[in-house]
Amino acid sequence: MGVGIEVVNLNAWYAANHTLQDINLNIPANHATALIGPSGCGKSTFVRCLNRMHETNPIARVTGTVRIGDLDIYKDAKPVEIRRRVGMVFQRPNPFPTMSIYDNVAAGLKLNGYRNRRELDEIVEQSLKDSALWDEVKDDLKKQSGASLSGGQQQRLCIARALAVDPEVLLMDEPASALDPVSTSKIEDLIFQLKSQYTIVIVTHNMQQAARVAEKTGFFLNGRMVEFDSTHKIFTNPSDKRTEDYITGRFG
Amino acid sequence: MRTATDGLATGLAVLSTVLVVAPLVAIFVYLIYKGASSLSLAFFTQVPKPEGETGGGMANAIVGSAVLLGLASLIGVPVGISGGIFLAEFGRGTKLANAVRFTADVLNGVPSIVMGIAVYSLIVYQQKHFSAFSGGVALGIMMIPTVTRTTEEMLLMVPHAVREAALALGVPNWRSVLSITVKTASPGIITGCMLAFARVAGETAPLIFTALGNSNWSVNLNEPIAALPLQIYTYAISPYDDLHRLAWAGALVLIVLIVAAVSLVRYVTSRGVLKGAS
Repeated sequence: MGVGIEVVNLNAWYAANHTLQDINLNIPANHATALIGPSGCGKSTFVRCLNRMHETNPIARVTGTVRIGDLDIYKDAKPVEIRRRVGMVFQRPNPFPTMSIYDNVAAGLKLNGYRNRRELDEIVEQSLKDSALWDEVKDDLKKQSGASLSGGQQQRLCIARALAVDPEVLLMDEPASALDPVSTSKIEDLIFQLKSQYTIVIVTHNMQQAARVAEKTGFFLNGRMVEFDSTHKIFTNPSDKRTEDYITGRFG
Repeated sequence: MRTATDGLATGLAVLSTVLVVAPLVAIFVYLIYKGASSLSLAFFTQVPKPEGETGGGMANAIVGSAVLLGLASLIGVPVGISGGIFLAEFGRGTKLANAVRFTADVLNGVPSIVMGIAVYSLIVYQQKHFSAFSGGVALGIMMIPTVTRTTEEMLLMVPHAVREAALALGVPNWRSVLSITVKTASPGIITGCMLAFARVAGETAPLIFTALGNSNWSVNLNEPIAALPLQIYTYAISPYDDLHRLAWAGALVLIVLIVAAVSLVRYVTSRGVLKGAS
């Protein structure tokens, strides 16, 4: 089951560049939350702070509090533990090129020492079913490389790979921006189904996409969160003039 | 006009390819011409005959080269790959890494005879005798810089996205490096090892001061051992025509064995590559 995320006074830097400034918000459990905003506004940095991927960059720094469920991720746990509970799907599909489809999905478990074959088989099958890829790949699971799939299939493979470690939260950083419209709508359907089991945070440039999949939407601008509200309110009656300008296409 | 330019560029590329391949083919053809007639079963089964007698073979030198190269690979490949992993993954930007990289580049440029003398004074002089062991060490050290630098370059070519994917799954960094990054780069790393192997397989100078050569059977690491390049060298500077012919045959066998070894490794490591893997 998904858990809620509470962010208090989050600040992040790349070297001297203050990328995120005083972010406060509550992301509800088992819902999809969209983050929108122009390029460079900090929304990608924000999701990378939620699984501590931000700090894999040696020049990056972060302060503030992030609670995922009852876990204070910057205090109570190591990055690797948090990343097992908070899955991530990236903008460009990034399957492991030397691994079979099966091994790609099983990678998170196998690399953490999980060895029970029968359970692995079940988890791989379930994850691929959950990511709506099973029927397309079930005959070539161990023969075909993850890199041989189409872009849209690769992205669903990456989702399956993230689901296989049974996270509570799924972060998606523009998961459909490199895909064609058909693949995009498959990913969106998937988000719709997955949010009953996981808390989903999706960064997107596509405002229709935010409107379609998310209950809540946050608008980021220049490293600050301008507005966070129900998606319906953000797109029909935003409180902030800048939000309105952005969603009506006056800038960005 | 555009077609003409295209034709010209293609022509130049083909010409360059021919220029690269031609010397190799020429050497190979010449070796077959000079050496093939001296190849016989005896060449592969007998040790050299005492001076003045005809016949004999290079069986001990073939086995000796295999022993020396095996030992060299046991030293050069693990040390070289570990060094490359350190440079690309753990030491990036540190002073130690820069020092290691600089040392590797200098080591790469050290003339092979100097390597022989160095190992002579470090091992042979201390032990008071020539040995297969010291020859293997000399060749092994010569393999390290090539293996290290190609490993580093191949690891750096692995896309950042692949590393991030592993880290985002909660895989510890060391595990991600060993199981994901190195595995992804492995075809290139293997090529680097093969290059280093082929390069030292033909080395003569460092062996003169270390393995020394041996006209009898020996696979003892503590005794002098025969090696194909040494045997070729000895025969080539001798005054006898039949020894010259044996030297040509030895050179042919050396090249064929190097090609065979490299092909074998390629074949073994390419099995199990998946459909559509990049």
